[in-house]
Amino acid sequence: MEFTTLFGTKKKEPTVLEKIRQAVTQTKENFTERIQDLVEGKKEIDGDLLEELEAVMIGADIGVGTTTEILNSIRDQVSRQILRDPGQLRTVLKEELRKILNVNYTPPREVAEGNPFVILMVGVNGVGKTTTIGKLANRFKTSGKKVMLCASDTFRAAAVEQLEIWAGRTDSPIVKQKAGADPSAVLFDALQSAKARKIDYVIVDTAGRLHTKHNLMAELEKMTRIAAREVPGAPHEVLLVLDATTGQNGLTQAREFAKSAGVTGLVLTKLDGTAKGGVVTAIARDLKIPIRFVGVGEKMDDLVEFSPEDFVESLFAA
Amino acid sequence: MFENLSEKLQRVFKNLRGEGRLTEEHVQESLKEIRIALLEADVNFKVVKQFTDAVREKAMGQEVMQSLSPGQQVVKIVRDELVEMLGGSNVRLNFASQPPTVIMLVGLQGSGKTTSSGKLARWLEKNGHRPMLVSVDVYRPAARDQLKVIAKEIGVKLYEGNPDDKPLALCEGALREARNTAHDVLVIDTAGRLHIDEPLMNELREIQTKLHPSEILFVADAMLGQDAVKSAQQFHEQLGFSGFILTKMDGDARGGAALSIKQVTGQPVKFVGTGEKYDALELFHPDRLVSRIIGMGDVLSLIEKAEEVVDKKKALELTEKLRTDTFSLEDFRDQLTQIRKLGSLEQILGMLPSIGPFKDMQKAKVDENELVRIEAIINSMTPKERRNHQIINGSRRKRIARGSGTSVQQVNQLLKQYVQTRKMMKGMKNSFFGKRMKGMKLPQMPF
Repeated sequence: MEFTTLFGTKKKEPTVLEKIRQAVTQTKENFTERIQDLVEGKKEIDGDLLEELEAVMIGADIGVGTTTEILNSIRDQVSRQILRDPGQLRTVLKEELRKILNVNYTPPREVAEGNPFVILMVGVNGVGKTTTIGKLANRFKTSGKKVMLCASDTFRAAAVEQLEIWAGRTDSPIVKQKAGADPSAVLFDALQSAKARKIDYVIVDTAGRLHTKHNLMAELEKMTRIAAREVPGAPHEVLLVLDATTGQNGLTQAREFAKSAGVTGLVLTKLDGTAKGGVVTAIARDLKIPIRFVGVGEKMDDLVEFSPEDFVESLFAA
Repeated sequence: MFENLSEKLQRVFKNLRGEGRLTEEHVQESLKEIRIALLEADVNFKVVKQFTDAVREKAMGQEVMQSLSPGQQVVKIVRDELVEMLGGSNVRLNFASQPPTVIMLVGLQGSGKTTSSGKLARWLEKNGHRPMLVSVDVYRPAARDQLKVIAKEIGVKLYEGNPDDKPLALCEGALREARNTAHDVLVIDTAGRLHIDEPLMNELREIQTKLHPSEILFVADAMLGQDAVKSAQQFHEQLGFSGFILTKMDGDARGGAALSIKQVTGQPVKFVGTGEKYDALELFHPDRLVSRIIGMGDVLSLIEKAEEVVDKKKALELTEKLRTDTFSLEDFRDQLTQIRKLGSLEQILGMLPSIGPFKDMQKAKVDENELVRIEAIINSMTPKERRNHQIINGSRRKRIARGSGTSVQQVNQLLKQYVQTRKMMKGMKNSFFGKRMKGMKLPQMPF
């Protein structure tokens, strides 16, 4: 199944930048203008200019490593006189970031006939997993697919109730057990039921867990095993939900979750605030994990596909 | 994955000539490393700049103490300066002169307000108060249910109010109820919101003007990045919060955001959240956070925790038993239970510094099930067997294995371990804490 057809035909949606602009009424200044301000009146690219640039990049949580690497490449180009005009700086910088962020998403192998496409949602506590599930369900629903939610967060108080509300809002069936049940058992039930009911997508909610807790990470491994046993090729997607306000710890999170759960993509949430989520550049650079969606608000349709261009713009918005 | 600052500085100084005075070269080179370390720890870049400037001024030309290497000297300056920045020793909660005291928790979505509300109520109760909880998060699906479940679990009174009530009405109702039922602290869990969300920030201001909370605590996630400064500043400007709670400190985030928040708002960290359990809320100690930011572990917290949960009387009994060599399997089990009260083993290991003898320990995966298994085995013994392990013969072993769902080999292993532990503990009766640590020696554990 090609991913582009996953959502069927969809109406043109506002770009991330437009969405962010709508959400953040306070600021209008974007990357282009910001860099414009920096280079204003400068005749050459000097140390001061690069230092200011560094501040902007680190301020967006891009991280010291990635920032230094990009700036070194720029310094190199300057010293070899390939890059001279401060006006060009903008294009070069954008290109560098875009290159890093452009990790190709490889669509999963064909989903066997009569089997659901299984999406496992993982992440640390409080990043917005459940909300993202609601939004994803809504997305698939509007493209005419049958969606089922699986309440495998049996740990956090009232997590099941929260998912139930989203099931109601998106009019999707939900499979749940009582609080404290084995998450894998809930998953097993959901997959059985999905196969019987010819469901297209099963979205699995998991309890938020810090990546430092080995037991809980091992539980995710078990869940992926159960999924693979019940539905060939499942989980077809494992989405790591990452909060845009997260700093450099995001990289460690991604690394650990990738190890235990085989993360196939990222969802960056809460981009409607002032946080930039720049740590995803480090994740894309070091771990080659593609960013799939961004969450830009609290409404059901505030989830848009990731676009490196728009994201780079928003990274530098003041 | 991070190299800790003192190791980095050690390396820097290796390449520089050791001298009795910190030269400009020393300072310059160390500041580069300090800057990177702080940025990697998510301290805001503006704060980092202020900080490195301050350190430069302090360090330049300073004489190196005899007991320290130049590298250690710089680390010491950095430490002292960071502790100073975080505001000396920990700050207490303010209580109203006329109860009920109102404490309001505010913050971004997903920072951990609801869990922290529960933990705070639990903490208050432990410290002799009668807290009451109310959730005014009418927005997030099932948020109010969540607090209700937590309140029930920790056995604290929750004000439910009308499901259709607005946040302000809920607060006022809860305050009335608290006053009538003689609850002396009301903890208000508010909805998560963005600092740029005008209407929702107004809602908080309204509650503030009507209820005059003694404490407004900003709940901040330890994983916060550079943006921490903006959100904290905005919340502070609009509400004037009186302190903050740093949550999710049981992860491996460095928590540099705390430094940024303290610096831009001037308000102190009052508590840190250190686990999923409801009593995992601790008073804040700046020196420990500093050690963590620059990568030196949290041994002090561990020691304090050990002191807190270890029953003093039992400890005395234990010493006596060790002296008279009557340390039984029952005591062995008691000891296990006490260790488990400290928290998960991972949590304990996480508090150890990532240097020195503990360096590789954190990487070791600890099998918590092992502890459960051991307890099960001991529980399957008769009291007589527990008191005298020597009577456990082959058929008893078989019975114990069946009863605990383990194998005879596992029972044998445990018995062997017990005998060894007994021998070892006899050998070290001097330091109490040493015993405690050695007592943790269990099969297949790398320490």
